[in-house]
Amino acid sequence: MAIFSIPNVRMAGISAAVPRKEVSNLDYKWVSVKDREMLIKTVGVEKRRVAEAGTATSDLCFASAEKLISELGWDKKEIELLIFISQSRDYIIPSTSGIIQDRLGLSHSCVAYDIGLGCSGWVYGVSAMTSMMHSTKIKKGLLLVGDISTLTASYRDKSTYPLFGDAATATAFEYDESAPPIDFNLESDGSGYDAIIIPDGGMRNFISKSSFDYKKFGKGIYRNRFQIALNGIEVFNFALREVVPNMKKLLQEVSKTTADYDYFVFHQANLLMNETIRKMMKLDKEKVPYTIRQYGNTSSASIPLTIVSELREQITSRKVNLMTCGFGVGLSWGTVAMEVDKIVCPAIIDY
Amino acid sequence: MFTFAISVNTYKLTTMTLEDFIKNIETEFDDLEPGKLKADTVFREVFDWNSINALILIAMVKTEYGAAINAEDIQKSKTINDLFEIVKSKV
Repeated sequence: MAIFSIPNVRMAGISAAVPRKEVSNLDYKWVSVKDREMLIKTVGVEKRRVAEAGTATSDLCFASAEKLISELGWDKKEIELLIFISQSRDYIIPSTSGIIQDRLGLSHSCVAYDIGLGCSGWVYGVSAMTSMMHSTKIKKGLLLVGDISTLTASYRDKSTYPLFGDAATATAFEYDESAPPIDFNLESDGSGYDAIIIPDGGMRNFISKSSFDYKKFGKGIYRNRFQIALNGIEVFNFALREVVPNMKKLLQEVSKTTADYDYFVFHQANLLMNETIRKMMKLDKEKVPYTIRQYGNTSSASIPLTIVSELREQITSRKVNLMTCGFGVGLSWGTVAMEVDKIVCPAIIDY
Repeated sequence: MFTFAISVNTYKLTTMTLEDFIKNIETEFDDLEPGKLKADTVFREVFDWNSINALILIAMVKTEYGAAINAEDIQKSKTINDLFEIVKSKV
């Protein structure tokens, strides 16, 4: 079982950027007004931010990182680790991390690499970042996590189009031997790899003319093979099956209960799914912040975006115990529990 | 006959009766007039059935009975009683 604790690293700051353009699901004319209302009520997405064509995930990451570095007052020379996590990278080749390293003006003495994960990406990223900093004693690291998901969703697919919003985030970590340990429980099940998938464009099904042929997959569901497909019921059942045991196992391992944590930040998957998990965990509404209503499902960015949007006042002014859980595409899921103590957190940036 | 649904993930103790099952459905779907659903009601005729309704049903069964039903279970059910029998077999 991948349950472990990492000492000596503290989260120093967190920031998020969203595209300026906002769309409302009330205007989603592909489905009836009644369906739009039901969608908003049940799935929980009312508004979403949508990147303009040509805007890449790295642009939003760069904006988040620049603001965060300046508010932290960091010396850029000391940033020796940069991890970029996304499923919407700038190019097929090369990695995006290097592009951001250069654009931020970081030194060549910087480890920079990409990790391809979605809903669980930030949680996995915190583990990769803190583990490496702990073992290398690198002083400062930047975790850049986000996605532009709206480009690859078909307008004529009611099961995906109204769900996703775009966002990207930056989280800063410092080597600090006085930092309390950060606890993880990470899991994977690739047997469900096709529950959320863009089938064409990789090496398995290389892009071809037929990748762009639209097909009907159900009532109100038309898309091509270069667009995202989401098996809602399968993902829903996966989350209801795996998330609660994962969190409970971690609590048991660290001898804590839910009462020991101030807030539980979940990947903003879908309001009904998240509320079901909240009820299964017996968590008070006040302890479970949401951003799905105003930003939609922002994939890998949803946990840090929700922290910045909903907990900014708390994390900048006092000690807060956070438990966060990401779950979805892969299938991949995991929980991270950590204390954050008066960290830097600029307001959300409109890009 | 009354039996109790107790599973590994028991969050509530709901009696496993058709009456309560119908009540639970009525609570989740607020457009539904109370008393409209019967054992032999073909649920796709009552609801404007879509995948969101399926998710609401799955969530209710999970929270009330601690049981997981899937798309196939819903697909092969016609009536409320068919659904009830599937849920009963899974708790």
